[in-house]
Amino acid sequence: MAIIVVDVMLKPEILDPQGKAVASALPRLGFSFATDVRQGKRFEITVDGEPTAAQLAEVEVAAEKLLSNPVIENFTVRVEK
Amino acid sequence: MKIGVVTFPGTLDDRDAARAVRFAGGEAIELWHDDADLKGVDAVILPGGFSYGDYLRCGAISRFSPVMEPLIAAAKGGMPLLGICNGFQVLAEAHLIPGALTRNQHLHFLCTDQKIRIENNATAWTNSFAKGQEVVIPLKNGEGSYQCDDETLKMLEGEGRIIARYVGENPNGSRNLIAGISNERGNIVGLMPHPEHAIDSLTGPSSDGLGFFTSVLTSLVAGGVK
Repeated sequence: MAIIVVDVMLKPEILDPQGKAVASALPRLGFSFATDVRQGKRFEITVDGEPTAAQLAEVEVAAEKLLSNPVIENFTVRVEK
Repeated sequence: MKIGVVTFPGTLDDRDAARAVRFAGGEAIELWHDDADLKGVDAVILPGGFSYGDYLRCGAISRFSPVMEPLIAAAKGGMPLLGICNGFQVLAEAHLIPGALTRNQHLHFLCTDQKIRIENNATAWTNSFAKGQEVVIPLKNGEGSYQCDDETLKMLEGEGRIIARYVGENPNGSRNLIAGISNERGNIVGLMPHPEHAIDSLTGPSSDGLGFFTSVLTSLVAGGVK
């Protein structure tokens, strides 16, 4: 069993109001480290055995077609060890 | 004239949309998300609501419903198709119109009577209005901020495909105050505010919204989109 992780983030040029809200909440808790926060989505996809190259290629297609909206989002695919 | 109204799991405004169609003089036909059957309708409305609970992204799962396959084919062939609010989001996810709808800039859910200006009255869904006419219809959404890249925005402006704009303060952060856009041909329109909630003074803030529904009937009688 392995887990394929797909991370989806809004493209840098797209305004992320949720991230902004988090960024402005941090100082209220006394945290002053953040200059910016961006919020995204993480998908954990479980497969049997070690993922094959063909499976990963299919995940790429699924990520582009369903898991992300390429108009406003970028994604990365990786296998979690 | 038969106007189909699609119901997805989580759709809210299908009954009001069907009522608006009947008020305008059309026959409303219920379409079900799980049936790949358009039942011989002449035009289709994707109504507002929270299809599939807005999971993943608004409209992202509905876009792959069985009904969407024949619907996308028919709309690409010129059949009038109106997406209201969540329906607008489904149109964007299906890439029938450019751009995307994102979280309101201020993060609040909006529910207000909104003034909009009709910028293009040559589409299948706006021909009952005068160009530049200002109308008041309800706006209620959490993810209504229209976003696209600069090139797309320039193209939409240049081709007159911004069919309606918010008047006054920007309610949700939409680029260039966009309330609605159309495809190149003008048969497909996505609209964030809700004309189906403003068809008579008894139940809405105005009867201004009725024009969207009379427009499509006029367009169909005239033999389709100009």
